[in-house]
Amino acid sequence: MTRDTDDLAMLKAALQSNPVSDPAAKSAAIERAMAAFEKLEVPPQGSAQDLRPTSDRPKGVGLLSGVRSMFEILKLKPVLALSTSAAALFLGLAIYLPQGGFGPGLSDSSPIAAPDSAVFEEAPVVLAEPAPAPAPKPAAKRAPAEARARTEAVADNMRVESLVAPQSEAAADDLGAFALAEPTIAAIDAPGAQVPESTEAFANAEANPVKVTANEPVSTFSVDVDTASYAIIRDALSGDYLPDPLSVRVEEMVNYFPYDYPAPDVGEAPFRPTVTVMPTPWNPGTRLVQITLQGRMPAVAERPALNLVFLIDTSGSMQDPDKLPLLKQSLGLMLSQLRPEDQVAIIAYAGSAGQVLPPTAAAERGTILAALDRLDAGGSTAGAEGLQLAYQVAEGMGGKGEVSRILLATDGDFNVGIDDPAGLEAYVARKRDSGVYLSVLGFGRGNLDDAVMQSLAQNGNGTAAFIDTLQEARKVLVDQLTGALFPIADEVKIQVEWNPAMVAEYRLIGYETRALRREDFNNDAIDAGEIGAGHQVTAIYEVTAPGSPALLNDPLRYGTPEATVASQTAGPELGFLRLRYKAPDEDVSALIETPILAETPVTPDANFAAAIAGFGQLLRGSVYLGAWDYAQAIDLAVANRGDDPFGYRVEAVNLMRLAQSLSR
Amino acid sequence: MACVFVSKMKMDTPDQTLAEAAANGDRAAFAALISRHYDRVFGLCWRLTGSKADAEDLTQDICAALPAKLQSWRAEARFTTWLYRVVVNAAHDARRRNQTRGRAADGWGTWEIARQDAISEDRAAMDWLAQSMQRLSSELRDTVALVLGEELTQAEAAQVLGLSEGTVAWRMSEVKKRLRAMAAEEAKL
Repeated sequence: MTRDTDDLAMLKAALQSNPVSDPAAKSAAIERAMAAFEKLEVPPQGSAQDLRPTSDRPKGVGLLSGVRSMFEILKLKPVLALSTSAAALFLGLAIYLPQGGFGPGLSDSSPIAAPDSAVFEEAPVVLAEPAPAPAPKPAAKRAPAEARARTEAVADNMRVESLVAPQSEAAADDLGAFALAEPTIAAIDAPGAQVPESTEAFANAEANPVKVTANEPVSTFSVDVDTASYAIIRDALSGDYLPDPLSVRVEEMVNYFPYDYPAPDVGEAPFRPTVTVMPTPWNPGTRLVQITLQGRMPAVAERPALNLVFLIDTSGSMQDPDKLPLLKQSLGLMLSQLRPEDQVAIIAYAGSAGQVLPPTAAAERGTILAALDRLDAGGSTAGAEGLQLAYQVAEGMGGKGEVSRILLATDGDFNVGIDDPAGLEAYVARKRDSGVYLSVLGFGRGNLDDAVMQSLAQNGNGTAAFIDTLQEARKVLVDQLTGALFPIADEVKIQVEWNPAMVAEYRLIGYETRALRREDFNNDAIDAGEIGAGHQVTAIYEVTAPGSPALLNDPLRYGTPEATVASQTAGPELGFLRLRYKAPDEDVSALIETPILAETPVTPDANFAAAIAGFGQLLRGSVYLGAWDYAQAIDLAVANRGDDPFGYRVEAVNLMRLAQSLSR
Repeated sequence: MACVFVSKMKMDTPDQTLAEAAANGDRAAFAALISRHYDRVFGLCWRLTGSKADAEDLTQDICAALPAKLQSWRAEARFTTWLYRVVVNAAHDARRRNQTRGRAADGWGTWEIARQDAISEDRAAMDWLAQSMQRLSSELRDTVALVLGEELTQAEAAQVLGLSEGTVAWRMSEVKKRLRAMAAEEAKL
């Protein structure tokens, strides 16, 4: 603790010993200012600030954050109140991907892509979000004593009190209302709130707000099967610090866990939706509606041949034990899952990109392992060059009916050699259409650029996963090999229309980065997430019944929402679920529709998902949880742990306990 | 010279009043405002760039852009908070321009060269500072410049940066961690 204080004091002293300004420079500057002042004859009433170009790529939260922010702004209604005890229905949406044969046409794309950014280009992206400044992992050498020191550091005198309660104490009032960038309701409350000028602002693209059904009965979003956020949170908590609230994506946490969802029947759609309605753990006045999708799991034997290009970052920053060495082990694990006819090529990129292993049949394991072993970290990163080479190799490997995928393994350090990350993303998006997909595996935390990872994977129709342990490597690369590598449905969009007679208010938990416009649902040109073989997707809504004491919004005095025919006759329907997806290789989407019924059995899986959703919201500092805390989340998760053959759920409970102690 | 524009009676006028007057075309008010805050702006520019020359250039750019920017100042924030924000954004823009021009350094990179002639004791302290700052990402540097350099509270820094207070707190804890890591490395040498 004293150590910290000393460091900071030294830094402070050094920073305050700034050179005295040069009088000549000062008067020159002032003269220029005065000249500029005189040029401005009539003060125009537009703000110069607003004209500031925001050519920055949104940092940190993924390519889509800007777009998402825009959506949030478009959709903002003066809706939210702060109290949290409404009777909401908790709707969860689980998507089961069916198991069964892979049609020949079903083999090509891959899980999760994001809405095509190109589509939104016409709309100015006003808000950018700053990177969650990748937490440098002081790890590895971290001794327990140091960990203790870190915890104490939180309590020391350095004004860190708010670390664990980011949304508490809004900024001091004497600082007027520069867009309060609280991640929570404050920003949402003021729909007209000015857009902060800073390109770094997190602004108000934060947790989804409560929507009033009468105003906005339809909620539309794209599926998301990424899980990177969970691993980042785990890494932070295991390192004894709370994750940056902005790094928490609740849906990625919920989707991290395997659930026992019913699989689709043979001959049906490639995934099967199930809806569960249950009481909300954190609010007796609301319910949760879980919508789950289970993807079909094709028999592994039937899968088409696979062409994999490992594109491996061997820059100097990769030499830590949790980077290149872990990567080698991980890929080694994966090799055992490949079939003889699959092909593997390896490309390393550092100062320059080079092919380390030409396309080689997976049967030649020894050759591949030897090539992996030869990889050595050193030099800077030329990510773009490596990527181009990888695409070139992948395109050369593709045969008819085969799946080609690049697995980019990096610590995210794309800084050197690329002056235009946006151009890189556009390049990846173009290549997606040529049939080569890209998944990104993140390693290490030193300079992991979550934003670049996310956006590359989303543009490349792939998944982004963060690998911090060998166990995680096994989960991502081995257990889920088929899912990660074999898409069964593209452009999967979810739309829920709520029945105002049953649901007065609703709130989608998570999926902030996946919001779609209502009209985008039927527009097949709008990109959305992919679902891979066996993938599961869970989406959770918290919904409030009309008349519930938990309602956050008062009814309008002058608006009498007309009950539609459907809502009068629909009886116990809470809402209506529509799903759109495209079979891989198809251009026209198919539609699945099913009503959401009020009474459904509640499974332990649904309870566990609710516990994780609550956990994620606690980490984000959500305002909707009331007094519900880690203790209750832990109890709920423990009680619904189920079989948990891989120990994922036990691990989650341990993380909750860590977070609980860190947040005290 | 600056003092030409500053009438005595303006010296005690609050920033807010001056800024409003300046936004409405009061030349004397603008002159008073800018000479009052030049050093503050320069100081922050130095903390953000790590080089006196860069700081001077940046300050001059900001001064030249300030009249236009003032038009959008609506007294919603304290003037200095608003000004800090203008500075941080200008530094951010400059950094980005440098990057697109292919310059690797985005601040705090040219320090050592610039200070070669300084007395050695001073230089050691400054080398340490430059080294420390180089280890921080630009986001962390901005935060440190405001919280430690300008002694803003985390809430104020959050306002300037357009972030939540929690994120600023988180960034400061990151800074501590990196300083600690750096100290540990030095101890090993």
